[in-house]
Amino acid sequence: MAEYFHSVTLDKDACRGCITCVKRCPTEAIRVRDGKARIIAERCIDCGECIRVCPHHAKHAVTDPLSEIEKYKYKVVLPPPSLFGQYKRQEDLELIRAALCELGFDAVYEVAAAAELVSDATRRMLEEGELIKPVISSACPAVLRLIRIRFPHLLKNVLPLSAPMEVAARLAREKAVAVTGFKPEEIGIVFITPCPAKATAIKNPMGTEISGVDLAVSVSEIYPALLTAMNKCALEGTGPDTSQSGRMGLSWGNSGGEAAATFTVRYLAADGIENVIKVLEEMEDDRLADQDFVELNACPAGCVGGVLNIENPYVAATRMKHLRSYRPVACNNLSGDSVPKELLWDAEVAPIDALRLDPLPERSLEMMREIEKIEKSLYGLDCGSCGAPSCRALAEDIVLGFSTEDACIYLLKDKVDAVRSSMLSLKIDSRDKSGDK
Amino acid sequence: MSENSLHYHYVVPGDDFTRAGIASSAVKKTLKQLGIYPETVRKLSISLFEGEINMVIHADGGEIDVWIDDEKIVAELVDKGPGIENIELAMQEGWSTASEQVRGLGFGAGMGLPNMKKYSDELIIDSTVGVGTKVTLIVNIVK
Repeated sequence: MAEYFHSVTLDKDACRGCITCVKRCPTEAIRVRDGKARIIAERCIDCGECIRVCPHHAKHAVTDPLSEIEKYKYKVVLPPPSLFGQYKRQEDLELIRAALCELGFDAVYEVAAAAELVSDATRRMLEEGELIKPVISSACPAVLRLIRIRFPHLLKNVLPLSAPMEVAARLAREKAVAVTGFKPEEIGIVFITPCPAKATAIKNPMGTEISGVDLAVSVSEIYPALLTAMNKCALEGTGPDTSQSGRMGLSWGNSGGEAAATFTVRYLAADGIENVIKVLEEMEDDRLADQDFVELNACPAGCVGGVLNIENPYVAATRMKHLRSYRPVACNNLSGDSVPKELLWDAEVAPIDALRLDPLPERSLEMMREIEKIEKSLYGLDCGSCGAPSCRALAEDIVLGFSTEDACIYLLKDKVDAVRSSMLSLKIDSRDKSGDK
Repeated sequence: MSENSLHYHYVVPGDDFTRAGIASSAVKKTLKQLGIYPETVRKLSISLFEGEINMVIHADGGEIDVWIDDEKIVAELVDKGPGIENIELAMQEGWSTASEQVRGLGFGAGMGLPNMKKYSDELIIDSTVGVGTKVTLIVNIVK
């Protein structure tokens, strides 16, 4: 298997080896080794918490530079709903659409439009009654990877539908081919990503073999150029409204939007990775059995809280509420009676075995006994100075062979104290002896 | 249990719903690291949580011991609560002696013991009125 691509990466020169990210990583995937943070690839879910909290801006999301779009004959941009909340003074979506074309894109396909199709499909599937309830949204790739690693039992509850980004990519390419007559590979599908998890999901898609998106350009990169273009377009005046999505699709950018669009009242929406974990723990123990739908977003307030966005998530969410008020309820519906199979997952989303200590159960048990023993010998201060998030994590690292007890500064201090005591007593002995001479 | 089994001890404080679930969460995490089959983890987690909540609601807390070896997970929940007067009745779904206050919190639906039975392979209840209750639940590890 090819090595898993992670969008979240470290700038070694900027990293000071403090343990802020180590402590805040929700999957305990970061350690400081030799003075620098290291990400344990198999545990990382690309949620972006470390990017959010790093005081030295040493964590980055790898995305594609905007200049890459020049590789393609015809460029289609996919703005996510949350992008529309990034800018002030908008009463329609047309200004951003026009400004995106000003930046060199030939066409715009709103992800919110595809989201309305996914919502329609979700409603139909909930009504058909064949899904295992509570149904968990599959739209947030960080949450989906978290479930694969930590809550494999809940994979059967996950909605087996492509995320709006993927649906938008496929429809946008089909449309572009029809309009231009170009070959599909001559069309560039460019997603403006609010988070590293989406950038990772394009390289390592879940539920499909190959992503329909060619490039992921970050909101933070496009933001200033888009602002300039918007100002220019505003002066020149924009044409008639050509936007493709309604309130329902746009509301996917906020926590609760996708869930509300299922039309069930028995839904729960949680946002922020720590809250998401708590809800998944409850679900795993059957304590949310009375819910139909559970929407989970790794970022606070939903995709508007994506770490690559510029605007404060709550300000952006308020703006989007305002924008939505000018829109019809929905602009896109599925035709026909059944859910088109192109919307369904066509690849298995399997559990990821990243927590197990050893493939052999007896060996795991033996290692766990060792971990418990070492943990008891540590001070339990969870100071993080060893580079692990807690004493427990250090004990695990020692048994897994990634660290040693000397990494603990308190144990080391005890050792130094012991050496000092024996040195002192040695010195007295030798003076007595020399005195005899 | 064999000598080589893992052993954990937890103290469940009485009347503190915020801390109920600590033992089941901790054991769940350990079982996942041991690579135990997810359905087995879930069974233990659900039944142990119910037991913890029962201790908080009815018995002013108690103590939990958990042993894990390569064949089974054994949890022993001991409290000095009022004891269960009629175990047969208590095992019926929906039967509860929980106070209105507790029900108002969403607990006390009378599913505690039935769920512990449903989500374990063996459930032994040893209770004396006025002395306390010892619940032993066993979940076999599927290989």
